[in-house]
This record gives sequence, structure tokens and C-alpha cells, in this order.
Amino acid sequence: MDLLDKFDSTVALRDSLPFEKADPFKVVMEEIISETEAVIDGRHTILAGTNNYMGMTFNEEAVAAAKEALDNFGTGTTGSRVLNGTYGGHKALEATIAEFYGMEHCMVFSTGYQANLGMISALGGKDDFVIIDADSHASIYDGCSMGNATIVRFRHNDVENMERRLKRLPEDAGKLLVVEGIYSMLGDAAPLKELLEVAKKYGCMTLVDEAHSMGFCGENGRGIAEQLGVEHLVDFYVGTFSKSVGTVGGFAVSSHPKFDVLRLVSRPYIFTASLPPSVVASATKSIEAIKRSGNRRAHLWENARRLHAGLKKAGFHLATPDAQSPIIAVHLPDPMLGTRFWEQLLLEGVYANMAAPPATPSGVFLMRVSVCAQHTTEQIDEIITRFNRTAEKVGLALNP
Amino acid sequence: MANEQIIEKIYELIAPLNRKGIELKPDVTFASDLELDSLTVMDLVADIEDEFDIVLPLNLLPELETIEQVADAVEKIINKG
Repeated sequence: MDLLDKFDSTVALRDSLPFEKADPFKVVMEEIISETEAVIDGRHTILAGTNNYMGMTFNEEAVAAAKEALDNFGTGTTGSRVLNGTYGGHKALEATIAEFYGMEHCMVFSTGYQANLGMISALGGKDDFVIIDADSHASIYDGCSMGNATIVRFRHNDVENMERRLKRLPEDAGKLLVVEGIYSMLGDAAPLKELLEVAKKYGCMTLVDEAHSMGFCGENGRGIAEQLGVEHLVDFYVGTFSKSVGTVGGFAVSSHPKFDVLRLVSRPYIFTASLPPSVVASATKSIEAIKRSGNRRAHLWENARRLHAGLKKAGFHLATPDAQSPIIAVHLPDPMLGTRFWEQLLLEGVYANMAAPPATPSGVFLMRVSVCAQHTTEQIDEIITRFNRTAEKVGLALNP
Repeated sequence: MANEQIIEKIYELIAPLNRKGIELKPDVTFASDLELDSLTVMDLVADIEDEFDIVLPLNLLPELETIEQVADAVEKIINKG
């Protein structure tokens, strides 16, 4: 019995897609020219699918701090946070994030994925309930599978549907509501105010994942909860360094007095090596910079609105009625056209994400663009022009 | 064997999704017989939850392959009340 046989249908599906000149699963960035440009297969390409929202990957202070940390502390910690893997830098980063969120405690994880795994699996015990949005990120689903709680799912962003389910749960049971600020595929924002208010009415503790909203939503860039003025209803935030912060790693913050016990019980926190000191140093500098980046935030939103408006005017079918985040997703009618569109767009010199089920909700096929605060207005216009040219070349009907 | 009424109710909820016109019986499976994709199954689960006013936990779903298994699970949850 060949254990890999069970994936034959996946291989067949992939082989059926008509890639000729490029393969979205095999893109190699040969040279990174800047936050917004790279060389792919010898071609000068605008990066429009990197989640590098705040353009922090070449932030001077972050790069300098990383170099200094490399010289002083070496390439890695070679150990868990609870053994030899906690350096002064890790504690300083946790203090920086706690301050950024105006909360008491912070735990830094080695990836954002592990932050969700570690929080959800530890908080949701055997007799507890974890209530999640149907369109949750894989890290939330995996955190649920890893824990022992009973998992209850409600329709995406549907407050009434959630409330109907909360009503059915035992009043005195432990309950954790897990939602995201911005959903990463369609780029749509959650009605956090209503969701959190209802959850609190039914005695839930709440966890909000601001992975795709930290940096540019809210006055200080804390996320959608800050933007909507409902931070007092959030018990735990989870976030990542791999998007706006421009490196890798994850975190959870809270003002809960017992929060620190999670360091002793959260397996994805314990059983892995801690982040390298250089990553920790650059994350710290980057978050400090994000805090004072009001202008950059404003330009990012201008870029997002300009791209959304330009593609809408051209007649593309957009996933959201307006720009709710720097993620602008375009619906494509089927995998064949989607594949050809992605390939042609890359040949035109724009890298976007091809998003297909199961990563996307409702089985939709998307061309997912994420804009960067460092994109110039000219680059945004160029992306729109090349989208138009691509639509014409692959025969995608537009409805202006 | 689950309560007849529960099975009948579930047949009613499945009917609009039964595009291939399969004859609905207790041992009919959602994935291979009815060919429902995971998203349709999710909607169906929500409908069943609302119909019986229960919570059908996500953790149980991998075990439930046939109509009868779902009906049994629903009955058990109702009785636990």
C-alpha cells in the first residue's frame, strides 16, 4: 500500500490546469529589488501579492538591529523559550508588543500559525466550547483539532447565525469566540463590534486574530478592534510578524492576570526553538516604526482604494464592494481562466496570488492582490493597466 | 435505528441538494452517494442544527457518513438535551 496514493486526485487536479509558461507553485524570486519589485524568471516584476502591507522588509533600523543582533548573539538560539531560548531581546520584544496593544502581557511564538495553534489548543479544554467563523484561517481550524474542546462553527461574519448557536450552549460552560479582523482571501472586514458584543452577552471569552489588519487599521495600527473602538471586548489578540512587521514569528497579547501560565501549557510555544535574535531585533524595531507610521498608513489606504476603484471601473468582479483592507481580490469564473489569467499577468510583470479552494471560501477562484505602503501611485496604475491587458489577452469578459 | 421523524426531517432538508435524484435511504452517504462538497455539507449541518435547535459539533462530522449516522447523532444530542 503506497501511502501517497491517496493524493492522486490532488495531482490529477493540478495536472489538469493549463500552465504553459509559469507555475504558481514554483515561482522563484531570483532577486528582490525593493519592497515592491523583484526579478522572477529574468523578468522585472511588480510584487502585488506578498502581504508586505507596511513595506517594512527593508526598514533601515530593523535591518541594522538584525545585523547587530547577529554579531552579538549569533544565528540562532537552538532552544525552546522555556529552556535556553529566551534572550533579553525576546523579553524586550514582548514588552514592545504589550505596550503597542496597551495590554499587560505578551507571548512571542515562532510563527503566527503556532500562535493560533498554541492559544486555541490551550484555552479550549475538554468541557469547553470554541466558536469559530466558517471562513477561519487554517491555523484556527488546526488549533481546534489539536485541542479537546467542542467546536461550533457559524456562517461567515453572520452575527445572527452566531447568536443562534451561542443560545444553544450551556450557560455556565467555558466558551471562546475566535474571529479574525480581516479575512485573508477576500480581504473583507469582520463586524467585530456586533460579534464581540453578542459573544460577551453569552459569557464568551474572545480571541481576535489581527494578522491581516495589524499595522494599518486603527489609529495606532492595532487592527480592526481598535478601528471600531471595541478593544475593551477583546480578551486575547493573536498576530504575526510575517505581514506588516516584515519578518517571521507570531504573538498573543492579553491583560488577563493569569495569562503567563500559558507559557507552561501551550505545546506549540514549548516544543519548538525560539526565534533567532536577529528576527526578534528586527521585529522590535519594525513595530516601533509602525507605531509612528501614520503617513505610511494613509498612503497604504490610498493605494488600496485606488486599486479597488481602478479595477472596479475596468469591470472586474471584485470580492468586496469597497476597499476594506489592502487585500483586493478579483473573482475569476473558473480554474482554467484563472490559471491563464495568473500566468499572463506574471508575464506582464505583475506577481499576484492565485487563490483556489480549499484556501478560498465557497469554492471561489481568485486573483488576490495585496498592496504595499511602498507602492507608488504609478505602480498601482501600472497594476491596473496590466490587469486590463491580461483580461484582453486571455479573453476574460469585463463589465464596466 | 434513529427515530423515523428525525430521518424524515433530514430527508426534507437534503431534498433540495439532491441534484442527482438519488433515492434517499438511511444508508445513503453524503460524500460518495449524494456527492456533496464540504461547503454544501456545512450548509446542511447548519440547517440541521437550526431545524432541531441543537449544536452539531464540528468534531463529530468526520464520523458521520450516512443519513442514519447523522440522525442517530441528532437523536442522541436531543435526548441529552
